[in-house]
Amino acid sequence: MKKLINDVDNVVREQLEGMALAHPDAIKVNYDPYFVVRADAPVEGKVAIISGGGSGHEPMHGGFVGMGMLDGACPGEVFTSPTPDQMYECAKAVDSGAGVLFLVKNYTGDVLNFETAAELAYADGIKVQSILVDDDAAVKDSLYTAGRRGVGATVIVEKIVGAAAEAGYNLGQCADLARKVNMYGRSIGIALTSCTVPAAGKPTFDLGDGEFEFGIGIHGEPGRQRLPMKSVDEITAMMAAAVLDDEAYSRTVREWDNEEGTWFDKELTDEPFKSGDSVIAFVNSMGGTPVSELYAVYRKLAAECEARGVKIARNLIGPYITSLEMQGCSITLVKTDDEILKFWDAPVNTLGLRWGA
Amino acid sequence: MITKDQIVRWLEKTAAVLQANKTYLTDLDSAIGDADHGTNMDRGFKKVMEKLPTVFDNDIGNILKTTGMTLISSVGGASGPLYGTFFMRSGMAIAAKEELSDEDLFTLLQAGVEGILQRGRPNLEDKTMYDAWAPALEAMQGALSTGMGTVEVLETAVAAAEQGMKNTIPLQARKGRASYLGERSIGHQDPGATSSYLMLNALLETVKE
Repeated sequence: MKKLINDVDNVVREQLEGMALAHPDAIKVNYDPYFVVRADAPVEGKVAIISGGGSGHEPMHGGFVGMGMLDGACPGEVFTSPTPDQMYECAKAVDSGAGVLFLVKNYTGDVLNFETAAELAYADGIKVQSILVDDDAAVKDSLYTAGRRGVGATVIVEKIVGAAAEAGYNLGQCADLARKVNMYGRSIGIALTSCTVPAAGKPTFDLGDGEFEFGIGIHGEPGRQRLPMKSVDEITAMMAAAVLDDEAYSRTVREWDNEEGTWFDKELTDEPFKSGDSVIAFVNSMGGTPVSELYAVYRKLAAECEARGVKIARNLIGPYITSLEMQGCSITLVKTDDEILKFWDAPVNTLGLRWGA
Repeated sequence: MITKDQIVRWLEKTAAVLQANKTYLTDLDSAIGDADHGTNMDRGFKKVMEKLPTVFDNDIGNILKTTGMTLISSVGGASGPLYGTFFMRSGMAIAAKEELSDEDLFTLLQAGVEGILQRGRPNLEDKTMYDAWAPALEAMQGALSTGMGTVEVLETAVAAAEQGMKNTIPLQARKGRASYLGERSIGHQDPGATSSYLMLNALLETVKE
Protein backbone atom coordinates (compact mmCIF):
# COMPACT_ATOMS: atom_id res chain seq x y z
CA MET A 1 0.00 0.00 0.00
CA LYS A 2 1.31 3.42 -0.96
CA LYS A 3 -0.78 6.32 0.35
CA LEU A 4 -0.27 9.86 1.65
CA ILE A 5 -1.09 9.01 5.23
CA ASN A 6 0.65 8.99 8.60
CA ASP A 7 -0.93 6.47 10.95
CA VAL A 8 -3.85 4.46 9.53
CA ASP A 9 -5.77 5.08 12.75
CA ASN A 10 -5.65 8.87 12.29
CA VAL A 11 -6.50 9.12 8.59
CA VAL A 12 -10.01 10.56 8.94
CA ARG A 13 -9.10 12.94 11.76
CA GLU A 14 -6.07 14.40 9.97
CA GLN A 15 -7.99 14.85 6.74
CA LEU A 16 -10.78 16.68 8.62
CA GLU A 17 -8.19 18.89 10.32
CA GLY A 18 -6.81 19.84 6.91
CA MET A 19 -10.27 20.62 5.62
CA ALA A 20 -11.02 22.83 8.63
CA LEU A 21 -7.74 24.70 8.21
CA ALA A 22 -8.35 25.25 4.51
CA HIS A 23 -11.92 26.53 4.76
CA PRO A 24 -12.60 28.22 8.10
CA ASP A 25 -14.93 30.71 6.41
CA ALA A 26 -17.18 27.95 5.00
CA ILE A 27 -17.28 25.10 7.50
CA LYS A 28 -16.78 24.18 11.13
CA VAL A 29 -15.48 20.74 12.07
CA ASN A 30 -16.33 19.01 15.33
CA TYR A 31 -13.98 16.22 16.40
CA ASP A 32 -15.71 14.50 19.32
CA PRO A 33 -17.73 13.11 17.69
CA TYR A 34 -16.87 13.88 14.05
CA PHE A 35 -19.19 16.12 12.08
CA VAL A 36 -18.90 19.03 9.65
CA VAL A 37 -21.41 21.91 9.70
CA ARG A 38 -21.71 25.08 7.68
CA ALA A 39 -20.02 28.00 9.36
CA ASP A 40 -23.30 29.91 9.77
CA ALA A 41 -25.26 26.98 11.29
CA PRO A 42 -27.93 26.88 12.55
CA VAL A 43 -29.66 28.91 9.84
CA GLU A 44 -32.68 30.59 11.41
CA GLY A 45 -36.05 29.25 10.29
CA LYS A 46 -34.57 26.80 7.75
CA VAL A 47 -34.98 23.04 7.72
CA ALA A 48 -31.53 21.51 8.27
CA ILE A 49 -30.32 18.81 5.88
CA ILE A 50 -27.88 16.23 7.21
CA SER A 51 -26.22 13.39 5.41
CA GLY A 52 -23.34 11.14 6.26
CA GLY A 53 -21.60 7.93 5.52
CA GLY A 54 -18.21 6.33 5.44
CA SER A 55 -15.23 8.46 4.48
CA GLY A 56 -13.44 7.78 1.21
CA HIS A 57 -16.13 9.25 -1.07
CA GLU A 58 -14.85 12.83 -1.05
CA PRO A 59 -15.98 15.43 -1.86
CA MET A 60 -19.22 13.73 -0.63
CA HIS A 61 -20.48 14.51 2.01
CA GLY A 62 -18.33 17.09 3.81
CA GLY A 63 -17.59 18.90 0.55
CA PHE A 64 -21.32 19.47 0.05
CA VAL A 65 -21.84 21.36 3.29
CA GLY A 66 -22.77 24.97 2.65
CA MET A 67 -25.39 27.36 1.33
CA GLY A 68 -27.89 25.59 -0.91
CA MET A 69 -26.92 22.04 0.00
CA LEU A 70 -26.14 20.32 3.34
CA ASP A 71 -26.16 21.87 6.80
CA GLY A 72 -24.20 19.02 8.29
CA ALA A 73 -22.24 15.93 7.28
CA CYS A 74 -21.18 13.02 9.46
CA PRO A 75 -18.10 11.16 8.26
CA GLY A 76 -17.45 7.63 9.47
CA GLU A 77 -14.18 5.78 9.24
CA VAL A 78 -13.17 4.92 5.66
CA PHE A 79 -16.08 2.99 4.07
CA THR A 80 -17.65 2.51 7.50
CA SER A 81 -20.90 4.22 8.38
CA PRO A 82 -20.82 6.94 11.03
CA THR A 83 -22.22 6.21 14.48
CA PRO A 84 -25.54 7.52 15.88
CA ASP A 85 -23.91 9.91 18.35
CA GLN A 86 -22.43 11.79 15.37
CA MET A 87 -25.77 12.31 13.62
CA TYR A 88 -27.47 13.14 16.91
CA GLU A 89 -24.87 15.75 17.95
CA CYS A 90 -24.79 17.14 14.42
CA ALA A 91 -28.60 17.44 14.43
CA LYS A 92 -28.43 19.42 17.69
CA ALA A 93 -25.80 21.72 16.18
CA VAL A 94 -27.73 22.56 12.98
CA ASP A 95 -31.39 22.47 14.08
CA SER A 96 -32.96 25.92 14.20
CA GLY A 97 -36.28 24.49 15.36
CA ALA A 98 -37.57 23.90 11.83
CA GLY A 99 -36.48 20.28 11.96
CA VAL A 100 -33.82 18.06 10.51
CA LEU A 101 -33.96 15.85 7.43
CA PHE A 102 -31.60 12.87 7.28
CA LEU A 103 -30.60 11.80 3.77
CA VAL A 104 -29.42 8.21 4.11
CA LYS A 105 -27.77 6.07 1.48
CA ASN A 106 -29.25 2.60 1.51
CA TYR A 107 -26.42 0.59 2.99
CA THR A 108 -27.27 -1.61 5.95
CA GLY A 109 -24.75 0.09 8.24
CA ASP A 110 -25.82 3.62 7.33
CA VAL A 111 -29.48 2.69 7.68
CA LEU A 112 -29.15 1.07 11.11
CA ASN A 113 -26.99 3.88 12.50
CA PHE A 114 -29.23 6.66 11.15
CA GLU A 115 -32.30 4.85 12.51
CA THR A 116 -30.78 4.82 15.96
CA ALA A 117 -29.85 8.51 15.58
CA ALA A 118 -33.39 9.47 14.53
CA GLU A 119 -34.72 7.83 17.69
CA LEU A 120 -32.19 9.75 19.81
CA ALA A 121 -33.01 13.09 18.13
CA TYR A 122 -36.75 12.50 18.49
CA ALA A 123 -36.33 11.66 22.18
CA ASP A 124 -34.60 15.01 22.54
CA GLY A 125 -37.52 16.91 20.97
CA ILE A 126 -35.95 17.51 17.57
CA LYS A 127 -38.35 17.20 14.62
CA VAL A 128 -36.74 14.65 12.36
CA GLN A 129 -37.49 12.86 9.11
CA SER A 130 -35.35 10.38 7.26
CA ILE A 131 -35.34 9.56 3.55
CA LEU A 132 -33.46 6.69 1.93
CA VAL A 133 -31.56 7.09 -1.31
CA ASP A 134 -31.58 3.79 -3.24
CA ASP A 135 -30.81 4.32 -6.90
CA ASP A 136 -28.36 1.57 -7.87
CA ALA A 137 -29.89 -0.26 -10.84
CA ALA A 138 -27.22 -3.00 -10.54
CA VAL A 139 -29.39 -4.47 -7.81
CA LYS A 140 -32.33 -6.14 -9.46
CA ASP A 141 -34.49 -7.34 -6.62
CA SER A 142 -35.23 -6.00 -3.17
CA LEU A 143 -36.61 -9.27 -1.80
CA TYR A 144 -33.38 -11.24 -1.59
CA THR A 145 -30.98 -8.37 -1.03
CA ALA A 146 -30.82 -5.35 1.24
CA GLY A 147 -32.31 -3.44 -1.71
CA ARG A 148 -30.77 -0.95 -4.11
CA ARG A 149 -27.74 0.86 -2.76
CA GLY A 150 -27.62 4.62 -2.48
CA VAL A 151 -25.03 5.88 -4.95
CA GLY A 152 -24.84 8.75 -7.47
CA ALA A 153 -28.36 10.08 -6.99
CA THR A 154 -27.29 11.04 -3.45
CA VAL A 155 -25.41 14.06 -4.86
CA ILE A 156 -28.42 15.16 -6.90
CA VAL A 157 -30.85 14.69 -3.98
CA GLU A 158 -28.59 16.69 -1.65
CA LYS A 159 -28.31 19.55 -4.17
CA ILE A 160 -32.01 19.78 -4.95
CA VAL A 161 -33.35 19.32 -1.43
CA GLY A 162 -30.70 21.69 -0.09
CA ALA A 163 -31.93 24.37 -2.46
CA ALA A 164 -35.56 23.71 -1.51
CA ALA A 165 -34.75 24.07 2.20
CA GLU A 166 -32.98 27.33 1.39
CA ALA A 167 -36.14 28.49 -0.43
CA GLY A 168 -38.27 27.86 2.66
CA TYR A 169 -39.70 24.36 2.18
CA ASN A 170 -40.83 22.88 5.48
CA LEU A 171 -39.65 19.53 6.80
CA GLY A 172 -42.44 17.49 5.25
CA GLN A 173 -42.02 19.21 1.87
CA CYS A 174 -38.27 18.61 1.93
CA ALA A 175 -38.83 14.93 2.73
CA ASP A 176 -41.41 14.57 -0.07
CA LEU A 177 -39.08 16.23 -2.58
CA ALA A 178 -36.14 14.04 -1.49
CA ARG A 179 -38.27 10.92 -1.93
CA LYS A 180 -39.39 12.09 -5.37
CA VAL A 181 -35.90 12.91 -6.65
CA ASN A 182 -34.64 9.55 -5.41
CA MET A 183 -37.47 7.75 -7.16
CA TYR A 184 -36.70 9.64 -10.38
CA GLY A 185 -33.03 8.64 -10.23
CA ARG A 186 -31.09 5.56 -11.30
CA SER A 187 -27.40 4.77 -11.42
CA ILE A 188 -24.90 2.15 -12.48
CA GLY A 189 -21.18 1.93 -11.69
CA ILE A 190 -18.16 0.11 -13.05
CA ALA A 191 -14.62 -0.41 -11.78
CA LEU A 192 -11.41 -0.85 -13.74
CA THR A 193 -9.36 -1.32 -10.57
CA SER A 194 -10.07 -2.05 -6.93
CA CYS A 195 -9.11 0.34 -4.15
CA THR A 196 -7.27 -0.01 -0.86
CA VAL A 197 -8.86 0.85 2.48
CA PRO A 198 -5.96 2.24 4.58
CA ALA A 199 -6.81 0.08 7.60
CA ALA A 200 -6.94 -3.06 5.43
CA GLY A 201 -3.66 -2.29 3.65
CA LYS A 202 -4.44 -4.22 0.49
CA PRO A 203 -6.94 -3.93 -2.37
CA THR A 204 -10.48 -4.98 -1.48
CA PHE A 205 -10.67 -7.28 -4.49
CA ASP A 206 -8.35 -8.44 -7.25
CA LEU A 207 -9.13 -7.37 -10.77
CA GLY A 208 -6.92 -8.56 -13.64
CA ASP A 209 -5.51 -6.22 -16.28
CA GLY A 210 -7.90 -7.51 -18.90
CA GLU A 211 -11.07 -7.29 -16.77
CA PHE A 212 -13.58 -4.82 -15.42
CA GLU A 213 -16.23 -5.10 -12.76
CA PHE A 214 -19.81 -4.21 -13.70
CA GLY A 215 -22.41 -3.03 -11.20
CA ILE A 216 -20.25 -1.92 -8.29
CA GLY A 217 -21.32 0.12 -5.28
CA ILE A 218 -19.16 2.83 -3.79
CA HIS A 219 -17.38 0.97 -1.00
CA GLY A 220 -14.81 -0.98 -2.97
CA GLU A 221 -17.03 -4.04 -2.84
CA PRO A 222 -17.00 -6.28 -5.88
CA GLY A 223 -19.85 -5.87 -8.35
CA ARG A 224 -22.31 -8.33 -9.80
CA GLN A 225 -20.32 -9.38 -12.86
CA ARG A 226 -16.71 -9.54 -13.94
CA LEU A 227 -16.21 -9.11 -17.66
CA PRO A 228 -13.36 -8.89 -20.17
CA MET A 229 -12.26 -5.28 -20.69
CA LYS A 230 -14.04 -3.44 -23.51
CA SER A 231 -13.93 -0.05 -25.25
CA VAL A 232 -15.44 3.03 -23.61
CA ASP A 233 -18.31 2.99 -26.12
CA GLU A 234 -19.13 -0.64 -25.38
CA ILE A 235 -18.93 -0.17 -21.61
CA THR A 236 -20.98 3.05 -21.72
CA ALA A 237 -23.63 1.38 -23.90
CA MET A 238 -23.94 -1.39 -21.30
CA MET A 239 -24.18 1.14 -18.49
CA ALA A 240 -26.70 3.31 -20.33
CA ALA A 241 -28.86 0.27 -21.03
CA ALA A 242 -28.74 -0.78 -17.38
CA VAL A 243 -30.16 2.61 -16.40
CA LEU A 244 -32.36 3.63 -19.33
CA ASP A 245 -33.92 0.21 -19.95
CA ASP A 246 -34.30 -0.68 -16.28
CA GLU A 247 -37.81 -1.82 -15.44
CA ALA A 248 -40.09 -0.57 -12.68
CA TYR A 249 -38.56 -1.15 -9.25
CA SER A 250 -40.61 -1.77 -6.11
CA ARG A 251 -39.44 -1.95 -2.54
CA THR A 252 -40.54 -1.34 1.02
CA VAL A 253 -38.66 1.41 2.84
CA ARG A 254 -38.78 2.31 6.51
CA GLU A 255 -39.54 5.96 7.29
CA TRP A 256 -39.81 7.76 10.61
CA ASP A 257 -43.19 9.04 11.82
CA ASN A 258 -42.32 12.10 13.84
CA GLU A 259 -45.84 12.45 15.29
CA GLU A 260 -46.02 8.89 16.61
CA GLY A 261 -42.32 8.42 17.22
CA THR A 262 -42.25 5.12 15.35
CA TRP A 263 -40.96 3.62 12.13
CA PHE A 264 -43.43 2.65 9.46
CA ASP A 265 -43.10 0.76 6.19
CA LYS A 266 -43.79 2.52 2.92
CA GLU A 267 -44.22 0.79 -0.45
CA LEU A 268 -42.56 2.68 -3.30
CA THR A 269 -42.34 1.95 -7.01
CA ASP A 270 -40.15 3.82 -9.50
CA GLU A 271 -41.33 4.12 -13.06
CA PRO A 272 -38.92 3.32 -15.93
CA PHE A 273 -37.50 6.09 -18.13
CA LYS A 274 -39.46 6.70 -21.33
CA SER A 275 -39.18 8.65 -24.55
CA GLY A 276 -39.86 12.33 -23.94
CA ASP A 277 -38.34 12.34 -20.45
CA SER A 278 -35.95 15.12 -19.59
CA VAL A 279 -33.04 14.19 -17.29
CA ILE A 280 -30.05 15.44 -15.35
CA ALA A 281 -27.11 13.30 -16.57
CA PHE A 282 -24.35 12.81 -14.02
CA VAL A 283 -21.11 11.11 -15.06
CA ASN A 284 -18.96 10.52 -12.01
CA SER A 285 -15.39 9.35 -11.48
CA MET A 286 -14.74 6.75 -8.78
CA GLY A 287 -11.58 8.72 -7.95
CA GLY A 288 -8.87 7.31 -10.18
CA THR A 289 -10.43 7.90 -13.59
CA PRO A 290 -9.50 11.26 -15.16
CA VAL A 291 -12.17 13.75 -16.17
CA SER A 292 -11.06 13.39 -19.80
CA GLU A 293 -12.29 9.77 -19.81
CA LEU A 294 -15.56 10.88 -18.23
CA TYR A 295 -16.15 13.07 -21.29
CA ALA A 296 -15.63 10.03 -23.52
CA VAL A 297 -18.31 8.30 -21.43
CA TYR A 298 -20.61 11.33 -21.67
CA ARG A 299 -20.19 11.40 -25.47
CA LYS A 300 -21.60 7.90 -25.78
CA LEU A 301 -24.17 8.38 -23.02
CA ALA A 302 -25.61 11.40 -24.86
CA ALA A 303 -26.01 9.28 -27.99
CA GLU A 304 -27.70 6.47 -26.04
CA CYS A 305 -30.14 8.95 -24.45
CA GLU A 306 -30.91 10.54 -27.79
CA ALA A 307 -31.54 7.14 -29.37
CA ARG A 308 -34.24 6.53 -26.75
CA GLY A 309 -35.79 9.99 -27.02
CA VAL A 310 -34.52 11.03 -23.60
CA LYS A 311 -33.41 14.66 -23.43
CA ILE A 312 -30.46 15.68 -21.27
CA ALA A 313 -31.56 18.95 -19.66
CA ARG A 314 -28.53 19.41 -17.38
CA ASN A 315 -25.30 17.55 -16.77
CA LEU A 316 -22.71 17.15 -14.06
CA ILE A 317 -19.33 15.60 -14.91
CA GLY A 318 -16.48 15.00 -12.49
CA PRO A 319 -15.45 13.21 -9.30
CA TYR A 320 -18.22 13.86 -6.77
CA ILE A 321 -18.92 10.50 -5.11
CA THR A 322 -15.73 8.49 -5.18
CA SER A 323 -14.25 5.26 -3.84
CA LEU A 324 -10.78 6.36 -2.80
CA GLU A 325 -8.36 5.85 -5.73
CA MET A 326 -10.53 3.37 -7.64
CA GLN A 327 -10.50 3.69 -11.42
CA GLY A 328 -14.00 3.52 -12.77
CA CYS A 329 -17.08 5.64 -13.15
CA SER A 330 -20.78 5.76 -12.58
CA ILE A 331 -23.69 7.12 -14.57
CA THR A 332 -26.73 8.59 -12.86
CA LEU A 333 -29.83 9.81 -14.64
CA VAL A 334 -32.52 11.71 -12.76
CA LYS A 335 -35.81 12.53 -14.45
CA THR A 336 -36.63 16.21 -14.04
CA ASP A 337 -39.69 18.41 -13.82
CA ASP A 338 -40.02 22.17 -13.29
CA GLU A 339 -39.63 21.91 -9.51
CA ILE A 340 -36.47 19.79 -9.79
CA LEU A 341 -34.88 21.96 -12.48
CA LYS A 342 -35.60 25.15 -10.54
CA PHE A 343 -33.81 23.82 -7.48
CA TRP A 344 -30.99 22.28 -9.53
CA ASP A 345 -30.29 25.71 -11.05
CA ALA A 346 -30.57 27.53 -7.71
CA PRO A 347 -27.32 28.91 -6.24
CA VAL A 348 -25.08 26.56 -4.32
CA ASN A 349 -21.89 27.43 -2.48
CA THR A 350 -20.01 24.44 -1.12
CA LEU A 351 -16.42 23.25 -1.40
CA GLY A 352 -17.40 20.57 -3.91
CA LEU A 353 -20.23 22.15 -5.87
CA ARG A 354 -20.60 25.84 -6.57
CA TRP A 355 -22.60 27.92 -8.98
CA GLY A 356 -24.73 31.05 -9.06
CA ALA A 357 -23.38 32.19 -5.70
CA MET B 1 -23.60 -19.57 38.44
CA ILE B 2 -21.84 -16.70 36.69
CA THR B 3 -20.30 -13.91 38.73
CA LYS B 4 -19.91 -10.27 37.83
CA ASP B 5 -16.19 -10.83 37.72
CA GLN B 6 -16.68 -13.51 35.09
CA ILE B 7 -18.82 -11.19 32.98
CA VAL B 8 -16.06 -8.59 33.07
CA ARG B 9 -13.48 -11.23 32.14
CA TRP B 10 -15.77 -12.37 29.30
CA LEU B 11 -15.71 -8.86 27.88
CA GLU B 12 -11.94 -8.67 28.31
CA LYS B 13 -11.48 -12.03 26.63
CA THR B 14 -13.81 -10.98 23.80
CA ALA B 15 -11.68 -7.87 23.27
CA ALA B 16 -8.52 -9.99 23.19
CA VAL B 17 -10.02 -12.59 20.85
CA LEU B 18 -11.33 -9.93 18.47
CA GLN B 19 -7.94 -8.26 18.42
CA ALA B 20 -6.23 -11.59 17.70
CA ASN B 21 -8.75 -12.30 14.92
CA LYS B 22 -8.83 -8.78 13.50
CA THR B 23 -7.14 -9.74 10.23
CA TYR B 24 -9.08 -13.00 9.95
CA LEU B 25 -12.43 -11.21 10.29
CA THR B 26 -11.41 -8.47 7.90
CA ASP B 27 -10.27 -11.07 5.36
CA LEU B 28 -13.63 -12.84 5.61
CA ASP B 29 -15.30 -9.46 5.14
CA SER B 30 -13.22 -8.50 2.11
CA ALA B 31 -14.42 -11.66 0.35
CA ILE B 32 -18.09 -10.68 0.56
CA GLY B 33 -18.28 -7.26 2.19
CA ASP B 34 -16.18 -4.17 2.59
CA ALA B 35 -13.14 -5.34 4.50
CA ASP B 36 -13.73 -3.57 7.78
CA HIS B 37 -15.39 -6.01 10.19
CA GLY B 38 -12.21 -6.97 12.07
CA THR B 39 -11.00 -3.39 12.34
CA ASN B 40 -14.40 -2.12 13.48
CA MET B 41 -14.94 -4.79 16.13
CA ASP B 42 -11.41 -4.34 17.44
CA ARG B 43 -11.86 -0.57 17.66
CA GLY B 44 -15.19 -1.00 19.46
CA PHE B 45 -13.98 -3.46 22.07
CA LYS B 46 -10.84 -1.41 22.69
CA LYS B 47 -13.22 1.43 23.63
CA VAL B 48 -15.18 -0.96 25.84
CA MET B 49 -11.94 -1.84 27.62
CA GLU B 50 -11.30 1.87 28.24
CA LYS B 51 -14.82 2.27 29.67
CA LEU B 52 -14.93 -0.89 31.77
CA PRO B 53 -12.98 0.37 34.79
CA THR B 54 -15.45 3.25 35.18
CA VAL B 55 -18.44 0.92 35.54
CA PHE B 56 -16.82 -2.00 37.30
CA ASP B 57 -18.57 -1.15 40.57
CA ASN B 58 -21.98 -1.28 38.90
CA ASP B 59 -24.21 -4.33 38.51
CA ILE B 60 -23.98 -6.71 35.54
CA GLY B 61 -26.93 -5.05 33.79
CA ASN B 62 -25.19 -1.69 33.88
CA ILE B 63 -21.89 -3.10 32.71
CA LEU B 64 -23.57 -4.70 29.69
CA LYS B 65 -25.60 -1.58 28.90
CA THR B 66 -22.43 0.53 28.98
CA THR B 67 -20.79 -2.00 26.68
CA GLY B 68 -23.73 -1.65 24.29
CA MET B 69 -23.68 2.16 24.30
CA THR B 70 -19.93 2.14 23.74
CA LEU B 71 -20.22 -0.22 20.77
CA ILE B 72 -23.05 1.82 19.26
CA SER B 73 -20.94 4.96 19.37
CA SER B 74 -17.63 3.47 18.26
CA VAL B 75 -18.03 0.56 15.85
CA GLY B 76 -20.00 1.97 12.91
CA GLY B 77 -21.05 -0.25 10.03
CA ALA B 78 -23.95 -2.60 10.59
CA SER B 79 -22.21 -4.44 13.41
CA GLY B 80 -22.15 -1.32 15.64
CA PRO B 81 -25.91 -0.96 16.05
CA LEU B 82 -26.43 -4.74 15.99
CA TYR B 83 -23.89 -5.70 18.66
CA GLY B 84 -24.64 -2.46 20.51
CA THR B 85 -28.32 -3.33 20.66
CA PHE B 86 -27.41 -6.91 21.65
CA PHE B 87 -25.56 -5.73 24.78
CA MET B 88 -28.06 -2.98 25.63
CA ARG B 89 -30.96 -5.42 25.55
CA SER B 90 -29.08 -8.15 27.37
CA GLY B 91 -28.17 -5.66 30.09
CA MET B 92 -31.78 -4.54 30.45
CA ALA B 93 -32.98 -8.15 30.68
CA ILE B 94 -30.92 -8.90 33.78
CA ALA B 95 -30.94 -5.40 35.27
CA ALA B 96 -29.50 -4.92 38.76
CA LYS B 97 -28.11 -8.46 39.09
CA GLU B 98 -24.72 -9.07 40.68
CA GLU B 99 -24.58 -12.72 39.67
CA LEU B 100 -26.42 -14.89 37.17
CA SER B 101 -27.99 -18.33 37.24
CA ASP B 102 -27.74 -20.43 34.07
CA GLU B 103 -31.33 -19.40 33.30
CA ASP B 104 -30.36 -15.74 33.73
CA LEU B 105 -27.53 -16.28 31.30
CA PHE B 106 -29.98 -17.69 28.79
CA THR B 107 -32.35 -14.75 29.37
CA LEU B 108 -29.44 -12.37 28.80
CA LEU B 109 -28.43 -13.94 25.49
CA GLN B 110 -32.00 -14.38 24.31
CA ALA B 111 -32.83 -10.71 24.97
CA GLY B 112 -29.68 -9.69 23.13
CA VAL B 113 -30.61 -11.76 20.09
CA GLU B 114 -34.14 -10.31 20.19
CA GLY B 115 -32.48 -6.90 19.91
CA ILE B 116 -30.51 -8.03 16.85
CA LEU B 117 -33.76 -9.29 15.33
CA GLN B 118 -35.58 -6.00 15.87
CA ARG B 119 -32.78 -3.81 14.56
CA GLY B 120 -31.63 -5.86 11.59
CA ARG B 121 -34.71 -7.96 10.82
CA PRO B 122 -32.77 -11.01 9.60
CA ASN B 123 -34.36 -14.32 8.72
CA LEU B 124 -32.67 -17.65 9.26
CA GLU B 125 -30.24 -18.52 6.47
CA ASP B 126 -29.87 -14.92 5.30
CA LYS B 127 -26.15 -15.46 6.00
CA THR B 128 -25.89 -13.18 9.01
CA MET B 129 -24.84 -13.33 12.67
CA TYR B 130 -28.34 -14.59 13.44
CA ASP B 131 -27.40 -17.89 11.79
CA ALA B 132 -24.92 -18.47 14.62
CA TRP B 133 -27.13 -17.14 17.43
CA ALA B 134 -30.40 -18.91 16.59
CA PRO B 135 -29.06 -22.49 16.79
CA ALA B 136 -26.95 -21.57 19.81
CA LEU B 137 -29.98 -20.36 21.74
CA GLU B 138 -32.02 -23.37 20.75
CA ALA B 139 -29.27 -25.77 21.81
CA MET B 140 -28.76 -23.89 25.04
CA GLN B 141 -32.43 -24.03 25.92
CA GLY B 142 -32.43 -27.79 25.28
CA ALA B 143 -29.32 -28.31 27.40
CA LEU B 144 -30.78 -26.26 30.26
CA SER B 145 -33.87 -28.47 30.38
CA THR B 146 -31.71 -31.59 30.83
CA GLY B 147 -30.08 -30.15 33.92
CA MET B 148 -26.50 -29.89 32.64
CA GLY B 149 -23.95 -27.69 34.41
CA THR B 150 -22.95 -24.23 33.15
CA VAL B 151 -19.88 -25.41 31.24
CA GLU B 152 -21.76 -28.20 29.48
CA VAL B 153 -24.67 -25.87 28.65
CA LEU B 154 -22.29 -23.38 27.10
CA GLU B 155 -20.32 -26.09 25.33
CA THR B 156 -23.55 -27.22 23.67
CA ALA B 157 -24.39 -23.64 22.70
CA VAL B 158 -20.92 -22.94 21.33
CA ALA B 159 -20.91 -26.15 19.29
CA ALA B 160 -24.25 -25.14 17.76
CA ALA B 161 -22.99 -21.61 17.07
CA GLU B 162 -19.88 -23.01 15.40
CA GLN B 163 -21.99 -25.28 13.23
CA GLY B 164 -24.32 -22.38 12.42
CA MET B 165 -21.31 -20.26 11.47
CA LYS B 166 -19.96 -22.99 9.18
CA ASN B 167 -23.42 -23.48 7.71
CA THR B 168 -23.28 -19.90 6.40
CA ILE B 169 -20.56 -20.94 3.91
CA PRO B 170 -22.88 -22.44 1.24
CA LEU B 171 -25.60 -19.82 1.80
CA GLN B 172 -26.37 -16.93 -0.55
CA ALA B 173 -26.48 -13.70 1.43
CA ARG B 174 -29.83 -11.88 1.60
CA LYS B 175 -28.95 -9.13 4.05
CA GLY B 176 -26.22 -6.55 4.30
CA ARG B 177 -23.60 -5.71 1.73
CA ALA B 178 -22.87 -9.34 0.90
CA SER B 179 -26.40 -9.65 -0.51
CA TYR B 180 -25.35 -7.56 -3.52
CA LEU B 181 -22.96 -10.28 -4.64
CA GLY B 182 -25.84 -12.65 -5.32
CA GLU B 183 -24.47 -16.12 -6.01
CA ARG B 184 -20.93 -14.87 -5.59
CA SER B 185 -21.53 -14.70 -1.85
CA ILE B 186 -21.80 -18.51 -1.83
CA GLY B 187 -18.72 -20.35 -0.56
CA HIS B 188 -17.66 -17.76 2.02
CA GLN B 189 -18.18 -17.82 5.76
CA ASP B 190 -20.15 -14.87 7.12
CA PRO B 191 -17.93 -12.49 9.13
CA GLY B 192 -20.77 -11.49 11.50
CA ALA B 193 -21.61 -15.12 12.29
CA THR B 194 -17.90 -15.64 12.91
CA SER B 195 -17.51 -12.77 15.36
CA SER B 196 -20.68 -13.92 17.13
CA TYR B 197 -19.24 -17.42 17.49
CA LEU B 198 -15.97 -16.00 18.81
CA MET B 199 -17.88 -13.93 21.37
CA LEU B 200 -19.87 -16.90 22.63
CA ASN B 201 -16.77 -19.09 22.70
CA ALA B 202 -15.02 -16.44 24.79
CA LEU B 203 -17.85 -16.77 27.31
CA LEU B 204 -17.36 -20.54 27.48
CA GLU B 205 -13.60 -20.18 27.94
CA THR B 206 -14.13 -17.64 30.70
CA VAL B 207 -16.49 -19.97 32.55
CA LYS B 208 -14.07 -22.89 32.12
CA GLU B 209 -11.18 -21.01 33.73
